[in-house]
Amino acid sequence: MARRRSLGDISYGLVIGGLAALAVLIIVTPVIVVLMTSFTEGRSLRFPPTGFSFRWYEQLFDATQSRQIHKAAGNSLEVACFSTLFGVVLATLASLGLARNRRKMARIADNFFMSPLVLPGITFGLAALVYFSTLGFRPSLDLMIAGHLVVTMPFILRTTTASLSQLDPALLDSSHSLGASWFYTLRRVTLPLIAPGIAAGAFLAFMASIDNVPVSLFLSNARTDTLPIRMWGMMESTLDVRVAAVSGVLITAAFLLMLIMEWTVGLTRRMRD
Amino acid sequence: MSITLAAAPETGGGSLRRLLRAEEWQLALPLGLAFVALFVAPLLLLVGTSLFDDDKITQPGFGSWAKFFGDPFNYKVVADTLLLGVKTVCTTVLIGYPLALVYLDLPTRLQKVLIFIIVLPLLLSVVVRTFAWIVVLGREGMINQLLQSLGVISEPLRLLQTELGLVISLTQIEMPLMLLPLISVMSRLDPNLRDASAALGASRWRTLFTVIVPLSMPGLVAGCLLVFASSTTAFISQTVIGGVRLIYLPLLIWQQSLVVYNWPLAAVASLSLVVSVLSVIAALSWLGRRSSGHLHG
Repeated sequence: MARRRSLGDISYGLVIGGLAALAVLIIVTPVIVVLMTSFTEGRSLRFPPTGFSFRWYEQLFDATQSRQIHKAAGNSLEVACFSTLFGVVLATLASLGLARNRRKMARIADNFFMSPLVLPGITFGLAALVYFSTLGFRPSLDLMIAGHLVVTMPFILRTTTASLSQLDPALLDSSHSLGASWFYTLRRVTLPLIAPGIAAGAFLAFMASIDNVPVSLFLSNARTDTLPIRMWGMMESTLDVRVAAVSGVLITAAFLLMLIMEWTVGLTRRMRD
Repeated sequence: MSITLAAAPETGGGSLRRLLRAEEWQLALPLGLAFVALFVAPLLLLVGTSLFDDDKITQPGFGSWAKFFGDPFNYKVVADTLLLGVKTVCTTVLIGYPLALVYLDLPTRLQKVLIFIIVLPLLLSVVVRTFAWIVVLGREGMINQLLQSLGVISEPLRLLQTELGLVISLTQIEMPLMLLPLISVMSRLDPNLRDASAALGASRWRTLFTVIVPLSMPGLVAGCLLVFASSTTAFISQTVIGGVRLIYLPLLIWQQSLVVYNWPLAAVASLSLVVSVLSVIAALSWLGRRSSGHLHG
């Protein structure tokens, strides 16, 4: 009896452990393969890469050869910064107004503001294109900021509302009873306490905007395209090895950003909760 | 956060404060207005656009709906899109769930490392993750080179532009969306439950299927929903890895709107995408609620 159980346990360990190892392998391998390929000397995406060189990175950082990539990266940063900025202001205000409101309307409003997360992005992208062209707007970065705001704001609203609901109401009550005005309490008690939540949400929103394809796809043109759209174009046409170099830069940036966010606001803890 | 009026004197200032108090929820108004102008209005206009017969948007009618659903090819596209989502959900559960189980048994330090490994791809651009799979699956890619050097195959396998390659890639691309809700729910499970099950003589398999799986159902359902929604609408991965021969709804929407410029038809296709994806999601979450209801009842 004891022997049969241990056999069962061995098979459990083998199957579960094996599948989990496969999962880690599948998650990690592509990232490492791309990093290695970006240092290739050759002109193709052969793996293992032929030789070692920085030539694709040199070409990528060359201002004249990669002018369009630089422009696209600049557009991406501009759109992400402004849409996150507007998102932080609007989402923080909204969650201050709604997070502690127990009325049914407040819950409905909250779900409504979160709904862009559920709606397929490509549908909203097409809707935004039809809407803005009906209103007579030409494609511009401003339109993209507006579109990205809608799809990235829910990340900020979610983490800010979570922070606010964890806030001890006794702190606010004591602030009021000590004679502090509503605005003073907001500035000196509430905001400092929910700042990590806002920051974590802003970070997720910023990354979602940088990464966004469906909205940018419909709202950008050749002059205003973002980095993902430009990379998609390069992948569909020539399969330029510079895409690997861009990927290398983005992988490094994501890695560093994540370390910083982990140290400052405990990002992974917030994402698990 | 309510504004206490206890200290407010009953003067003109008091009624001003009373006015302010009544308006606290109005802090949500700017966002509400922005959403009406930038979210609700575009979607309503999209529905309106779908109710025109011609691509010049002059003849109102249900012609575009009739045209879209009169073509058996479009049914196949819708079915393929939903099937792609189902296949991706299955593979992410198959290898993601065991990883979440292993995560539970790891010491805290290693748990942190594993979470880092899981979240990092999420912060990487989908375009980068898709590109990575081109390098792995391509003719001269890692898998073909490895298999050829081992002598398993003599000719490179065609993995790109096949559904198999697409499902493998999407498994990695969507994996964090499965793992984060799973781990979040599973790490709140009482570890004593597993010990109790073992002490009562249940094998680890039995404990898994009768204790852990039912209790982790909310996380599993949430993960399945996210992966399904994301993989059915993953335009870049579908077009770059699937190629032009595998047509899914997002590609069809893109072609109709930005290549053919038939906006009413594109609107019909994108509304079909919303309806089909959301109805599968609604069905899944209903099943999820039912199974957890069964557990408690």
